[in-house]
Amino acid sequence: MSPRLMKAIINGLLIGGTLVALFPLLWMLSVSFMAPGEASALPPPLLPKHPSWANYRELFVRAGMGRYLLNSVLVAGAITALSLVFNLMAGYAFAKLRFAGRERLFQALLGALVIPAQVAMLPLFLLLKYMGLVNSYAGVVAPALATVFGIFLVRQYARGIPDELLEAARIDGAGEWRIFAQIVLPLLKPIIVTLAIFSFLAAWNDFMWPLIVLTGQEHYTLPIGLASLAREHAQDSELMMAGSVVTVLPVLLLFLSLQRYYLQGLLLGSVKG
Amino acid sequence: MNSPRSAWLFLAPALVVLGVFFLLPVLAALILSLTDYDLYALADIRNLRFVGFGNYWELLHRPLFWSALGHTVYFVAVGVPLSMGASLGAALLLNSPLARCKPLFRTALFAPVVTTVVAVAVIWRYLFNTKYGMANYVLDLLGIHPIDWLGDPRWAMPTIILFAVWKNFGYNMIIFLAGLQAIPPNLYEAARIDGASSWRQFRHITLPMLKPTLLMVAILTVSGYFQLFAEPYVMTEGGPLQSTVSVLYLMYDEGFKWWNLGSASAVAFLLFLLMFAVTVLMVKLSRRGEHPDGGPA
Repeated sequence: MSPRLMKAIINGLLIGGTLVALFPLLWMLSVSFMAPGEASALPPPLLPKHPSWANYRELFVRAGMGRYLLNSVLVAGAITALSLVFNLMAGYAFAKLRFAGRERLFQALLGALVIPAQVAMLPLFLLLKYMGLVNSYAGVVAPALATVFGIFLVRQYARGIPDELLEAARIDGAGEWRIFAQIVLPLLKPIIVTLAIFSFLAAWNDFMWPLIVLTGQEHYTLPIGLASLAREHAQDSELMMAGSVVTVLPVLLLFLSLQRYYLQGLLLGSVKG
Repeated sequence: MNSPRSAWLFLAPALVVLGVFFLLPVLAALILSLTDYDLYALADIRNLRFVGFGNYWELLHRPLFWSALGHTVYFVAVGVPLSMGASLGAALLLNSPLARCKPLFRTALFAPVVTTVVAVAVIWRYLFNTKYGMANYVLDLLGIHPIDWLGDPRWAMPTIILFAVWKNFGYNMIIFLAGLQAIPPNLYEAARIDGASSWRQFRHITLPMLKPTLLMVAILTVSGYFQLFAEPYVMTEGGPLQSTVSVLYLMYDEGFKWWNLGSASAVAFLLFLLMFAVTVLMVKLSRRGEHPDGGPA
């Protein structure tokens, strides 16, 4: 086969794949600006006849989408900030601090990765119920405050910090917290960004646990709010597409602006060592 | 030298969270699965009775459990190879020296991964609408009769599989791409000099060199696909005729709709055991392939 033909085939396939990957997202954006009922026509329209913000107005004014958006930002923000602190501390300790049983404890944590989170969900619900945290932000946030994956990622990265640097600081009389805050954290900056994106995306996109623990609409996050809207407004495709845009756009933009860190973390996390 | 005390202080917050909100509940789930914890026990813990393996025994006699298991295994058995095939194909295309605009294609192909399942499931529900959906419109242009994608029990699961492959293949694509880039180029040069065709190069260099990556991706994908829940919850609500009820969907219904938390815990544990067994089997099989004579590594 001639190289030119080969080149055309490869790039053609890539363009085709890209169209398949992006078409549903572009169509969502387009339909979200259509008038009610406009998308239910044959042939299915690609672009709105008279683009308007009406669906978005309807969502925020009447369907309570603003509340869901705020809840999502609050919950995902809190999970990201707090879990970052917890995972950074633990990951650093596993990488650089000495204590009896360190390796065995870390192996045990990695072993726990084989247990799917859903096994814990039923007793977790009961536990939170007795703690009075069902249907609260805390109920969504608490179980996500530390992750084995996050600790693992930080440990992998922190192992690269030279011991001499830490010992020198200790000899100069710096306390462990000061060393952590002033020497370790600045060195961990790239992995902090990576882990923050991971945590935020996971928290924003999480569905099953918030669905279980959030029983009242006032605490719904976007995915739960959208799923319940989809059951009520099964026919209003234009409205639902606007809801999907509101749900998907923030994470898509976050990924696009920081994709270098995200993809790098994906590779770090997938190579176990 | 740092003291062990300070190390434990650094570890404490994360370990407490993981202990209280994960390990403890997992152990509790094991105990819960041996009891008849239901709505009555939820109201008053004194109604709780120990039933041994009663929940497991009952589940194994319930047709709905077996059909949920069947649907989940179907989703894994068809979805995982399709998903890995699409990922590997895309990675090979992106890795080709002839491909243009690689960062652009890579980003576009990866985009579905970061989207929210619920939101994109809503989109797909409309694309696969029987009457006005884009999918049937295209089929119609090709002269094929419309398909009742999400309303026909035979088509609902395949549609959900297509959706899952679209949503997830970009993730593994990135990992495969890194694996491909780690293969030393001189291996291909040597093969070209020997006159090996591209297919033979793929078969004898790419695949063997990529084997550890393939195994890891397979394990991650299988365990991810066993956890099917949000897709049927949003797209079909388990229907039509319960044809998309997965094991986790059953667990959710059993636990949080009917409040049979004991029985739901048993469902969760059976799923865990199954996932664990499949993972061990995959690792064993791949090891056996490496040493056909059974010799040590």
